[in-house]
Amino acid sequence: MALYRVKIFSLFERFWHWSQMLLIVLLLVTGFGLHGFHELFSFEDAVTLHTGAALTLLVLWAFGTFWLFTTRSWRHFIPTAHGMWGVLRYYSFGIFKGERHPYRKAYWRKHNPLQALAYTMLKLVLFPAIWITGLIYLFYFAWRDLPDATAYLTGVALIHTAAAFAILAFVFIHVYMLTTGHSFREHVMPMITGFDEVELTPEEEAYLRKDQPEDIR
Amino acid sequence: MTASHQTPRAHHAPTTTAAAPRRTHAPPHAGAWIAIAQGSGWRRRAESLRTGLALVLVLVLAPLGVLLLTPMAGADAGSWPTPPASDAPRPQVSGPLSGGTADHIKFEELQGPFANGSEVTQACLGCHTETGEHFMQNIHWTWSYTNPNTGQQLGKKYLINNFCTNARGNEGMCAQCHAGYGWKDESFDFTDESKIDCLVCHETTGTYYKTPNSQGSPACSVMFEGKPPIDLAAAAQSVDLPQRANCGACHFMGGGGDNVKHGDLSSALKEPPRTLDVHMGVDGLNFACTACHVTNKHIWAGSRYNVVAKDTEGTGLPGQRTDVATCESCHGLAPHPVDSLAGFKLNDHVQSVACQTCHIPEFARGGVATIVDWDWRTAGKTRDGEGYHDEGYIQGNGEHRYTYKSIKGDFTYDEDVVPEYAWFDGQMVYTTIDTEFDPEAEIIEINGFSGSREDGASRIWPFKRMHTWQPYDKGHGTLVYTHLWGEDDAAYWGNYDMAAAIEKGMADFGLDYSGDYGFIETLSWWPITHMVAPKEQALGCGDCHTPGNSRLASVEGIYLPGRDRNPWLDGIGTILVFGTLVGILIHALVRIFSKPKEAQH
Repeated sequence: MALYRVKIFSLFERFWHWSQMLLIVLLLVTGFGLHGFHELFSFEDAVTLHTGAALTLLVLWAFGTFWLFTTRSWRHFIPTAHGMWGVLRYYSFGIFKGERHPYRKAYWRKHNPLQALAYTMLKLVLFPAIWITGLIYLFYFAWRDLPDATAYLTGVALIHTAAAFAILAFVFIHVYMLTTGHSFREHVMPMITGFDEVELTPEEEAYLRKDQPEDIR
Repeated sequence: MTASHQTPRAHHAPTTTAAAPRRTHAPPHAGAWIAIAQGSGWRRRAESLRTGLALVLVLVLAPLGVLLLTPMAGADAGSWPTPPASDAPRPQVSGPLSGGTADHIKFEELQGPFANGSEVTQACLGCHTETGEHFMQNIHWTWSYTNPNTGQQLGKKYLINNFCTNARGNEGMCAQCHAGYGWKDESFDFTDESKIDCLVCHETTGTYYKTPNSQGSPACSVMFEGKPPIDLAAAAQSVDLPQRANCGACHFMGGGGDNVKHGDLSSALKEPPRTLDVHMGVDGLNFACTACHVTNKHIWAGSRYNVVAKDTEGTGLPGQRTDVATCESCHGLAPHPVDSLAGFKLNDHVQSVACQTCHIPEFARGGVATIVDWDWRTAGKTRDGEGYHDEGYIQGNGEHRYTYKSIKGDFTYDEDVVPEYAWFDGQMVYTTIDTEFDPEAEIIEINGFSGSREDGASRIWPFKRMHTWQPYDKGHGTLVYTHLWGEDDAAYWGNYDMAAAIEKGMADFGLDYSGDYGFIETLSWWPITHMVAPKEQALGCGDCHTPGNSRLASVEGIYLPGRDRNPWLDGIGTILVFGTLVGILIHALVRIFSKPKEAQH
C-alpha cells in the first residue's frame, strides 16, 4: 500500500458539488428571507429565486442520483461502523494533540466513516425532508381545495423550515471540517482538481496505470 | 388608522449583472478540452480548474439568469398598462350602449317650457314607453330590497346606518337622493310614473340640482335658499347615458357630504387621473360608472346588499357578462399574465384574495377625506341658542371639512386610508330596527358579515370600518328611528332635543320605545371596490408576506408564508444553528490553544 495522487472526484462530481453548493446557499439565503429573518430580497424575488434554485437543484439531483448508481459510486456512501470510533476519538481528543487523522482514503472508500454516515443521512433524511415538503408546498395550488388544506400547509411548512435549520447547521459543520487536519486549501483542492492522496493496493495501482493513466500521478 | 403612502414599485432589473457571467465565463472551445488531456503540471491543473468553474457558473447561472430576467422583462413591457392619455377629451365609456341614435335637441317634445321636472319625465315617457315600468322595479326608486338569502327587509327606506342614522321619517331631506319627485312622507305614490326623476341621472348640463322635498326647520332650510332656477328644457335636451357626475351627485355624497360614507366614492372621481382610478381615469379608460355597473331594463349590476365575493364564472360567453359588476366579468379568472412565477402565483391568489385587496392599496385617495368616526353624543350644543359648526380638518385638495356640527356631533376624517381586511362571503347581516340586542352590549355591528377560508365562497376583502356613537333604545336593546327633519318641534335639526326626536321617530311608525335612550358604539363595514390603482401601484407580495406590519396581520384561518411561523421551531432552530456555531468556535479555540503544531502532511 502506498500513497498516490489519484483522481477521486470526476468532473461531473465536482460540477455537482459546486453547483449544489451555490444552489443550497442561494436556497438558504432566500428561504430564510421568505421566512422573515432578513430583507435582502423582496418577497417576490425571493420566491422566484428560491423556486428556480430548488427546481434546478432537483434536476441536478436527478442527474446525480443517476450518476451514483450507473457509476456504482453510491458504494462510497454505505455507512460503516468500522473505524468510526477512531474518527470520533480524533475529532474529540486527538485533533487537540496534533495527532494525525486516523482515516486513509481508499480508492473505493473516499469518505471516512463519519463522513459517509453524515452524507448518507443528508441524502436520505434531510434532503428528502426538504425537497418533498418543498414540492408539496410548491404545488399548494393543486391541493388547496382539500378540506383542512391550510392545516396541512402549516405542517408542511413546519417540516420544511425544520429541515432548513438542520441543513444550515450541517453547512457550518461541513465548512468547519475543512479547516481540520490539513490546511483548508488542501481540503478544498481535491474538489476542484479532482485529485487527492489515496492509498492504493498494488492491483489498483496497476489497473489505474494501465487503463486510466490520466487518473493517477 | 394612518395612511401609508404607496410609492410605485419600480423594478430595477439587474439585467447587466445577470447577463454578465454568461459572457465573461463563456464555455471553452473544444480545443481547451484537448489541452486538458495533453497539458502537464500546474498549468494543466489550473486549466481544468478554470474549466470546471466556468462549467459550474454557466450551468447554474444560466437557468437562474433566465428566471431572474423573466419577471423583469414583463415589468418593462407593462410599465404603462392602460391606454395613454389622448389630447382630445373622449366621451365616457358606458358599456355596450354607445354612439346613440337620436339627437334630443331636435325633439319637439323637449323644447319646453317645463313647469317642473315631472313634466320633463312625462315628455320622456312619451317616447320611452316602457321605461317607467322598468324603472319602478329598481332600487333607486323602491329604496327597498329583500335579501333572498336572509329574508331581511333592507333598503334605505327601512335601514338604520351609523351616519345620519335613518332616512325613514326624514324623507323630506334624505329623499333628495330618491330618483323621484316629492317623497316627503308615507303618502308618496310609488306607482306614479310621472314622479320618476329622469334628469338627475341623464342630464349633462351640470346645472340640475335637487332641494329637500319638504321645508324642514328654518335652521336648515336656509342652506337651500338662493339657488339659480333650472333651465329644464336645456337639461332635457342634454340627456345622455349617465356620466360619473350624475351617479356621483348622490353616490359621492352619501352620509351627508363628499365621500363621507363609502370612502372609495368621492367627487374626486368626477374627473379622476388614472392614478386615482385606472378605469375611470380621464387620461386612461375614462369609464363611466355604467361601464361596469351594466344595465338591463334600468336594473344595475353590482349590489352592496348581495355582494359577489368570489366570482367563479369569469367572463362567460363572448362579450362581458351583464348580470354582475365583478372584476372577473371582464378580467376573467386568471387575470395576471403568466410570464413569471409571480404571475402564476398571483392567479392562484385569486382563489382567496379579492382583486380589490391588492389593487386598492388605500381608499379615500385623491384629496377627498372620508369620515371614519362619528360621535352623536356631542350633538346638540348651541351658541346663543343657535346651532353651529366648526371646521377643523383640511383635506388633501385644500378644502376645509366640518369636524363638529350641532345637528350631528363630532366627526373624525381620514385620507389615504389603509383598509381593514377580512374573509367575506358576500353576505351582510344587518342590525335593523327590528333587531333586539343586549342593551349592555359594548358594540353593535350595523352590518356584520361572515366568511372563512374553508367555506368556498369567501375571499379576503378590504373594508372601510366606520365607528359611531349613536342613540339607541336602552330599555329594549334596539336601534331607533330619530326624527331629524321636519317643521315640527320634535325634529332634532332645529330643536336639538334627542329624547323628543326619538319619541316621535319611533311613534310615527308605531314602534315600541321604552322612552329611555342612550348612546351605543356601532360599527359598519363598507367593502372597498372603487379607486382601483394602476397595477404599478398595487400591493407587492411583501406587503402581506412579512412578519411585521403585514396588511393581513389580523386575517385568520390561513398559513401565510412570511407572516406565520412556529415560535417553538424558530427558537429551537436558532438554538441549533447558534449552538453549532458556538460548538465550532469552542472546538477551534481548543485546537488553537492546545496544540500549536497542527497536523503535518
